[in-house]
Amino acid sequence: MLNHITKTYNDGDIVAIDDFSLNVEKGELFGLIGPDGAGKTSIFRILTTLLLPDKGMATVVGYDVVKEYNAIRGCVGYMPGRFSLYQDLSVEENLTFFATVFGTTIQENYYLIKEIYEQIEPFKNRRAGKLSGGMKQKLALCCALIHKPEVLFLDEPTTGVDAVSRKEFWEMLKRLKAQGITILVSTPYMDEATLCDRIALMQAGKILSLDTPDNIVKAYPVNLYAFKDENIYTLQQNILANELTESCFPFGENLHVTLKDETDSSLQDLLKSLKERGHEQIEHQKITPVIEDCFIRLMKE
Amino acid sequence: MRTLKFLLRKEFRQIFRNKSILPMIFVVPILQLLILPLAADYAIKNISLAVVDHDHSPYSQKLISKITSSGYFQLTGFCDSYKTAMNLVEKDEADLILEIPEGFEKNLIRESEQKLFVAANAINGTRANLGGVYLGSILRNFNSEVRMEWIPVTRFSPLATIEITSSNWYNPHLNYNYFMVPGILVILVTMMGGYMAALNIVKEKEIGTIEQINVTPIKKYHFILGKLIPFWVIGAMVFTVGMLVSWLVYGIVPLGSIALLYGYLAAYLLSVLGFGLLVSTYSETQQQAMSVAFFFVMIFNLMSGLYTPIESMPDWARMISHFIPVTYFVEVMRMIVLKGSEFHNIITHLVAILLIALVLNVWAILNYRKTSS
Repeated sequence: MLNHITKTYNDGDIVAIDDFSLNVEKGELFGLIGPDGAGKTSIFRILTTLLLPDKGMATVVGYDVVKEYNAIRGCVGYMPGRFSLYQDLSVEENLTFFATVFGTTIQENYYLIKEIYEQIEPFKNRRAGKLSGGMKQKLALCCALIHKPEVLFLDEPTTGVDAVSRKEFWEMLKRLKAQGITILVSTPYMDEATLCDRIALMQAGKILSLDTPDNIVKAYPVNLYAFKDENIYTLQQNILANELTESCFPFGENLHVTLKDETDSSLQDLLKSLKERGHEQIEHQKITPVIEDCFIRLMKE
Repeated sequence: MRTLKFLLRKEFRQIFRNKSILPMIFVVPILQLLILPLAADYAIKNISLAVVDHDHSPYSQKLISKITSSGYFQLTGFCDSYKTAMNLVEKDEADLILEIPEGFEKNLIRESEQKLFVAANAINGTRANLGGVYLGSILRNFNSEVRMEWIPVTRFSPLATIEITSSNWYNPHLNYNYFMVPGILVILVTMMGGYMAALNIVKEKEIGTIEQINVTPIKKYHFILGKLIPFWVIGAMVFTVGMLVSWLVYGIVPLGSIALLYGYLAAYLLSVLGFGLLVSTYSETQQQAMSVAFFFVMIFNLMSGLYTPIESMPDWARMISHFIPVTYFVEVMRMIVLKGSEFHNIITHLVAILLIALVLNVWAILNYRKTSS
């Protein structure tokens, strides 16, 4: 579907995307996961023909992003990270406008957006600029879908959206996927990664790992422990100071710790030395890593 | 075609929804045309004059009343000495001092010769200069009247005199408004067209909607036409409102063909919109666009020959004014409105403006391509 993306994009001296290759299958819900500045938006802009790559080539639905950009524009939907519809046009006018410029009508593909549009329909005469954040996002999704695109690009669709709306949004994406639309979504939130079929963990324009979320977690090479105590800050200081520790970082209310030596005795030694330093109430448990653990580990490598 | 039609509909909808644009189209031209010609009038009036009359004779009285009745002067001081008159100048209450010496009438009659003293406050050079000239011509007039009274009428004048009679063509009463109003109208159309087109396109960049447009199959030229046509129409509307105002308020009716005027306007707007488009391709925000456009419009205004004749500018400035679209339209406006010029008189102007329009638009489109693939 999207195959063979290899490109270095060099904006001045800043390498935003460094020799990046990616292949997304048709009908897949693919996630680009990475912190701000990882190059996610640049990839989206190249694939949606808004930006020219310096090197390499990319295709979308078999069309070359440079030579056949017009064909691509007709069959992809793009929802940028920033709300960019006409604020001074109403909800309905925006939707009609985008339907018309794609040479279609709202009625023709209404079935695709029906579920989403019904939620914002009561406000259809309101100016888009006066909608709430969640409604703006729904309208933007409707506008990106109205021409029944084969591929949908969603650039950080859930950034700045509350937890409930985020959950709803991912459910909408799953239903769209069921309609056979390929979806490429980027997000800085690691917890959303598990909702994708496959993900690419990105950092500084490079792929750290590319696989299904499950496989990425399974590939975590060492045992991971969660430590908990009343004073988490001094606990972290003490764990880091210990020579047995490989890494230790705060994760929610726990500390996630890996050890240099995988043996059980090494864990016991660490616990013992921590108790000597006054951490009497220490709780520990072996846990399955989540994507964020994988990301942090990969980032360090 | 359908896309273009829809783009236009959207564009007009947005324009008319914008609360500040409609008043801009109608109120601004009316106000500017009412206010600016009065303020930009070069005919100097109300020059304040202080008179020092040492003579107090019927002749000096006659001279003074002749001066004040000319309408150009306002008698602000009637002083006993030059010194007190000078005080008035220092206080900025007088621009000119006229000193009539003692025995003015006596000497005038006896020796048929007299000298007057005129002093002018030259801080405002034009004012002092013109004031002096006006006063001089009134005095000459007075002089010849006196001569008429005293020199017996002979068949041939003993002195050979050359009298100059001039007749003012096209604007016989030297009405300054006839000269300024058409020019100001040009500036109005330029500002409305140039600024609004530039700002409108940059606004799409600023709020990101251009990204959304760029991922649609809309063709570049559709998008650009969709932007230019509305402002072309608005430019013509502003012009029409302005023409109505100058007819109703100043009684200016174009001598030449109105169709020709609008034909030239059409070509002129192409160049102005090209300018706006070009500015927009170089700016990322409305603020940048505004500053850049303002800088150029300022130069356009001052170097276009609207206020000061191009012929009296230095050579380099004259060169520049040839590249300014405003120059041509100001000239054409004056030619058609005041002189009733016809098509063959303005062909060179038309060619020039079309060339400028072509260069600006091509440049803008090339630059637009470069910045976004």
